[in-house]
Amino acid sequence: MPNKNDSVKENKVVLENVNLSYSDGTESLKNVSMPFVANSTNVVFGPAGSGKSSLLRLFNRLNDLADVTLLEGQVLLDGENILDPNTDVIALRRKVGMVFARPVVLPMSIRKNLTYGLELAGEKNKTVLNESVERSLNQAALWDEVKDRLDDPAIALSGGQQQRLCLARSLANEPEIVLLDEPTSGLDPISTNKIEESLQILKKDYTIILVPHSVHQAARTADYSAFFLQGKLIEYSAGKTIYTNPQDERTRDYVEGRFG
Amino acid sequence: MIRSQFTRKRHRTQRIGFIGLAILTLLTITPILMVVAYILWQGIDAISWEFLSAMPRDGMRAGGILPAIVGTVYLTIGTALFSVPVGIGAAIFLSEYAPDNNWTRLIRISIINLAGIPSVVYGLFGFGLFVLFLQFGTSILAGSLTLAIMTLPVIISTTEEALRAVPQAFRIVSLSLGGTKWQTVRRIVVPQALPGILTGVILGLERAAGETAPILFTVAAFFLPQLPSSAFDATMALPYHLFVISTQVPGMPVQIQFGTALVLLTFILSMNLIATVIRSRARAKRQW
Repeated sequence: MPNKNDSVKENKVVLENVNLSYSDGTESLKNVSMPFVANSTNVVFGPAGSGKSSLLRLFNRLNDLADVTLLEGQVLLDGENILDPNTDVIALRRKVGMVFARPVVLPMSIRKNLTYGLELAGEKNKTVLNESVERSLNQAALWDEVKDRLDDPAIALSGGQQQRLCLARSLANEPEIVLLDEPTSGLDPISTNKIEESLQILKKDYTIILVPHSVHQAARTADYSAFFLQGKLIEYSAGKTIYTNPQDERTRDYVEGRFG
Repeated sequence: MIRSQFTRKRHRTQRIGFIGLAILTLLTITPILMVVAYILWQGIDAISWEFLSAMPRDGMRAGGILPAIVGTVYLTIGTALFSVPVGIGAAIFLSEYAPDNNWTRLIRISIINLAGIPSVVYGLFGFGLFVLFLQFGTSILAGSLTLAIMTLPVIISTTEEALRAVPQAFRIVSLSLGGTKWQTVRRIVVPQALPGILTGVILGLERAAGETAPILFTVAAFFLPQLPSSAFDATMALPYHLFVISTQVPGMPVQIQFGTALVLLTFILSMNLIATVIRSRARAKRQW
């Protein structure tokens, strides 16, 4: 990671005038321009239907699977527009890991879940794979709990453990960006806490883009925050001021719990 | 007071309903049990090592039914060779790759309709295409291909159903980890759907093994007391043999007729049993 020890952080991704809509007209993005800062937790929050998930799925082009009728603008990852039709989507997805709202463990052992991504990329070396398993489990604070039963079915883990396994699985690919789409929405407070703690450590090496499941989580975790409403970026700020002293009235109403 | 009367009445209605449904259920399995029991009772005396391993003699009135057994096994294997790869391939395409548009809807409707075509029509079609036009003659090849075409709709529909039952979330996770579509299909979707696919394949082949009409014009021999030596040979087969000895040969010992039926039934029921075992084992092991 180039910027690990620099005090000035670079923009990892920059969105320029992104417009997006689906054929059924549900969620959309309206002329969104904003940066996502490297080695930081970038939080995108707002009520349901504000475009957060659509935004998140731009970064790994998972929107390709949905019925997108309009997509314009640029998403510049390290200066390269990943919306370009010539983008190698497979390579992009190895670079951009994702954790979903509901933990989805693949129907295989804990170990196989973790090596899945690397094996897809053609990695066969047992030592490399085993090191990756241990490293990623440590990063997701799960190693101590599962190190003695790596070959058990992953489905046997608790919900909180499964979600940390999903985090570890995305880290095993050694991505540069980690997307998290309400990763703790179904978890108990202890598991939620563990994931948030992991993110605090992970942001030193990765660019974290988090859609939190509550304003409180946003306030706890954010280095940079963007408030969205109906597909529009309403307010963007560094630090925690957006939660203590929001500039826009709509942000204030949402943060103070008047709607949402 | 009024309430308890109501409750009592409801209870009685419920009881009558339960008993009625139980009787109906019993009615559905009774004929099956009777068929199996009757064939077993009438045919078991015919079963001997000779019956299973010898050629027929005396115009099929004595000896064994080996060529018919071997013929049916060959036809089932031949059918599988053609229908399994094509059927599974088509199902994977329809479920995983094909866009959902009018064309694929038309293809699906056609497949469902193909399953409803009477088997004798498949027989005539196979006779025209394979026996005459492609000049395969009355042969195991022509018979297997005809049975395969008849089996395809069953295999395609059940396989597609099994593939679609695999949770969409698995596909999305695999793609998000940098998997290609094919890697996702090969490593996640097909392995998870495999028990369902195998069940469908076996049920399809089972139907092929028991059919008479499609093999009537394409492969089955009336009386051929020798084993086929190549795919271009005609052969006897159990279902057709049963038809022949039941209707075409005067003075046929009843024992042999029922013995033949028993062998055919055992063959098909054991395929059924295998399918059931695969399904229940997979269900116990399934992780979703």
